[in-house]
Amino acid sequence: MNQEILVAILATAVTAGTPILYAALGEILAERAGVLNLGVEGMMLAGAVSGFIFATKTSSPWTGLLIAMLAGGLLAAIHAFLTVTLKANQVVSGLALTMFGTGLSGYIGKSYVGMPLPVPFHKVSVPVLSDIPFIGPVLFNHDPMVYLSYILVPVLWFFIFRTRSGLHLRAVGENPAAADSMGINVFLTRYIYVIIGGMLAGMGGAYLSLHYVPSWMENITAGRGWIAVALVIFATWNPVNALWGSYFFGGIDALGFRLQTMNVTISPHFLKMLPYLFTVVVLVLVTKRNMLNRIGSPRALGLPYDREER
Amino acid sequence: MQETYLVELKNITKRFPGVTANDKVNFNVRKGEIHVLLGENGSGKSTLMSILSGLYRPDEGEIIVRGIKMVFRSPRNAISAGIGMVHQHFKLIDSFSVAENVILGDDRTAPVLNIKDVENNLAQLSARYGLDINPSSMVWQLSVGEKQRVEIVKMLYRGSQVLILDEPTAVLTPQEADKLFRNLREMAGTGRGIVVITHKLNEVMEIADRVTVLRRGKAVATLERGQFNRTDLAWLMVGQDVVLQNKKKSPPGQRKVLELKGVGCLNDLGRNCLQDVSFTVHQGEIFGIAGVAGNGQRELAEVIAGLRRATEGSIIVNGTDITGFSPRRVIDHGVALVPEDRLGTGLIPNMGAVDNLVLKDYRRREMSRGPFLNRRKAYEKVKQLVNRFEIKLSSLDAPVKLMSGGNLQRLLLAREITSNPKLLIAVYPVRGLDIKATEAVHNLLLEQRERGMAILLISEDLEEIFKLSDRIGVLCGGRITGIIPSEMTDIEEIGLLMMGGTGEMVL
Repeated sequence: MNQEILVAILATAVTAGTPILYAALGEILAERAGVLNLGVEGMMLAGAVSGFIFATKTSSPWTGLLIAMLAGGLLAAIHAFLTVTLKANQVVSGLALTMFGTGLSGYIGKSYVGMPLPVPFHKVSVPVLSDIPFIGPVLFNHDPMVYLSYILVPVLWFFIFRTRSGLHLRAVGENPAAADSMGINVFLTRYIYVIIGGMLAGMGGAYLSLHYVPSWMENITAGRGWIAVALVIFATWNPVNALWGSYFFGGIDALGFRLQTMNVTISPHFLKMLPYLFTVVVLVLVTKRNMLNRIGSPRALGLPYDREER
Repeated sequence: MQETYLVELKNITKRFPGVTANDKVNFNVRKGEIHVLLGENGSGKSTLMSILSGLYRPDEGEIIVRGIKMVFRSPRNAISAGIGMVHQHFKLIDSFSVAENVILGDDRTAPVLNIKDVENNLAQLSARYGLDINPSSMVWQLSVGEKQRVEIVKMLYRGSQVLILDEPTAVLTPQEADKLFRNLREMAGTGRGIVVITHKLNEVMEIADRVTVLRRGKAVATLERGQFNRTDLAWLMVGQDVVLQNKKKSPPGQRKVLELKGVGCLNDLGRNCLQDVSFTVHQGEIFGIAGVAGNGQRELAEVIAGLRRATEGSIIVNGTDITGFSPRRVIDHGVALVPEDRLGTGLIPNMGAVDNLVLKDYRRREMSRGPFLNRRKAYEKVKQLVNRFEIKLSSLDAPVKLMSGGNLQRLLLAREITSNPKLLIAVYPVRGLDIKATEAVHNLLLEQRERGMAILLISEDLEEIFKLSDRIGVLCGGRITGIIPSEMTDIEEIGLLMMGGTGEMVL
C-alpha cells in the first residue's frame, strides 16, 4: 500500500470516527454520573435531523449544530426525568428513547430525504500544522467539528480527573449515598451530566448530516450510537481512550469502504458488518481485561438513588 | 444554673408510619466528654442521631448548637454546624484515594484539585490525633479499621466539634477497638464532644463519661460515670430482667458430622479467598467461627452448602464426600444453611410465610399431590411451626419482607431446623436482633445442640461465640489461624488470632 492511500484511509478514519467520538464522550459523562443512557442512537438521530433542517433553513451549519445540541439535550432530559426523578429502569427508558428518536426523526425528516445540504461544514486546513508531512493531511485537513473534538477530549479528561466538579461527578456515579452524605446534590448532578451527554450525542448526529454525508436520510446513524455505547466500556470511561477507540472503529469503516473501491472480492455486506463485528470482539476482550485490572464501571451505574432506602 | 452544651436536643419527637421512633427525647453533649447512647436495636438510637446529623427532620423539638437554635435541612447543614457522623456502614468511595474521599463536597477545595496539598494537610491532621492513615492510599485497599479512621478524619477535616459514631466497634477486632477508644479519648481531650452509639454494655463501662439509655423511643435515664453499673444498665435497656447465661448440659459427641480437609475457594472477584481450611464438627457440638467480617466467612458457609465451588480439598458430611455436589444434593445429605442475608438468600421477600416454608419441602411426597402442591398440608405444617417457634405473623400469606428481623429469623430457623439436618450452618444468626429475639435464637440453637445436631456458628460477635461454642476456630485472611476449646481461651487470645497471630493449635 503506498503512502497516499494510507493517508487517505487514516484521514477518513478520523472523520468516520468523529460522530462516534462525540456520542461516546457524552455517554461517558452520563455514565460517570451513574446513569446508563441507551438512547444515544435516538439522540443522535434527533440531532442529525434537526441540525439538517435548521442548517438548511438558516443557511448556517453552526445554527444547525446548536439546534442539534438542544434536540439531543431535550431527549436526554426526558431520560433524566424518567430515571432520576421517577427512578424508572434505565435500560428500558434508554431503549424507548432510541425507538422514539428513530421514529420521530424519520417523521420530521420525511420531506428532506435526499436533499443535499447547501451549507455543510467545509474543510479548513490548519495553517502550518497541515503542512507537516503525513500527520498534517491526516489530522489537520478537516472541518471545524473535528478540531472542536480535538479540544474537547483533553478538556473533558482534565475536567473529570483533575477538578473538584469532576471529582463530585465521579463520586455520584460511584456511590451516591456517600456523595449525598457529604452534601453533594446527587439529583442535580445526574440531570446536568445526562443532559450534557445528550447534547454531545446530538452533535455526533449533526456531524453526519452536516458534514460526513452531508444530507439527511432515515436512520443515518446506522448503529453508530450503539457502537458509541460499547466504546465507552472499551474506553474505560476515559475520554482519551474514547478518542483512540473512535478512530479505530472509524478506520475499520474507512477500510471497508476502501476495499470496495479497490475491487476486492469480498461481499460489501460483509465489509459493512465489520465495525459491529469488531464491537462484539472488542467487548469480549476488554471486559476480561477490565475484570483483571479492577477497572470497573462506575459502581452505581444503572441504579436509581433513593435517600430513604437502606 | 444554665450550662451551655456543644449541642442539645430538646423534646425531640419523630414518628414513622406506625411507630414513634423518638418520643420527647432530651439529649446533650458537653465539651470534652464521651457520651454513650445505649439502647437495643429498634430503640431509636439511630433515628435520634440521624436527626442530629441532618438526615431526618424531627416532627417536634429543637436542636440547639452552642446555645443557638438550628434547623438542619440536609447533612450539609449539620456538617457546617460542626456535627459529623461516622456511619456504621461507611460512606466511602472505594475507587477514590483517602484524600479524594475527604475533600468530597467541601467548598474550600480549589476548583482545580491540588491533591498533594490536601494529602499534606491530612497527614498532619491524622498525626495529631494518632489516627494513622496514608492519605494517598486507595480506599478499597484499606482494612475496616483504617476505613473507619478515614471516616473520622473526614469529619475532623470538616471541623466537626461533635463526632457521632454509630456502633463503631461492630466491625473491629478487640485490639482495634481499644485503639479506637484511645483515639476517641484523645479527641475528647481537645474539647470535642464524642457520641458513641452502642448496645454493648462492656463498652459503656469502658469509655462512657455519661450514658443515656433509650428504650422504645424514650430516654429512660441519663447517668454520670460512677452512677451506673452493668446490671442497672441492662435492666434500664431491656426493661426487665435478663438471664445472661445459658447452660450447656451434655458434652458434645464423638461422631464427626462435618469434616473439611484443606478446602480452598475463590471469592466473587476470582481471587483466592479460602486456603487450606481444615476442621471437624462433631455431633452435638457448636463450632464457632470467629473473625473480622470479610475474612472468608460467607464463602466458607457457601462452599459447604454447595453454593460455591471448592477449588481444592474435600468436604465430608457423615462420611460422604460432598465436594462439588449441587446445593440440592447437599441439602439431601443433611446440611441446612441459615445465611447471613436473611431476606436475600434465606427467604423470598415478596412471598408469604407458607410459600417460604415449603421452599425446601415441596418435593416431598407429603407436601405434594402429584405434580401439584398440597396447600392444605402446607398450611397445617406452617400453623404448627408458627406455634412451636412463636413466630408472630399478621397473616400466613402476607409478604415476609414486612416481618421484623427477629420473626424473620425464627421463620428461617423453623424451616431449616424442621428439615432435620445433621449439620446446621448459621451465619450471623442474631445480627440486627434485639436482646429478647437474640435469646430466643440462642436457645433454639442450644436446644438443637442438645438433640445432637452439629452446628457451625459463624459470627463476628465474640460474646456470642463464647456463649454458645464448644470450640472456636478463628478465620483470618481465608485461613484458620487457630482452633481452641472455648473454655481454654479468652477474648484477648481470639482477638490476636483474628489479626493473624498464631495460637497454640489444640485439636
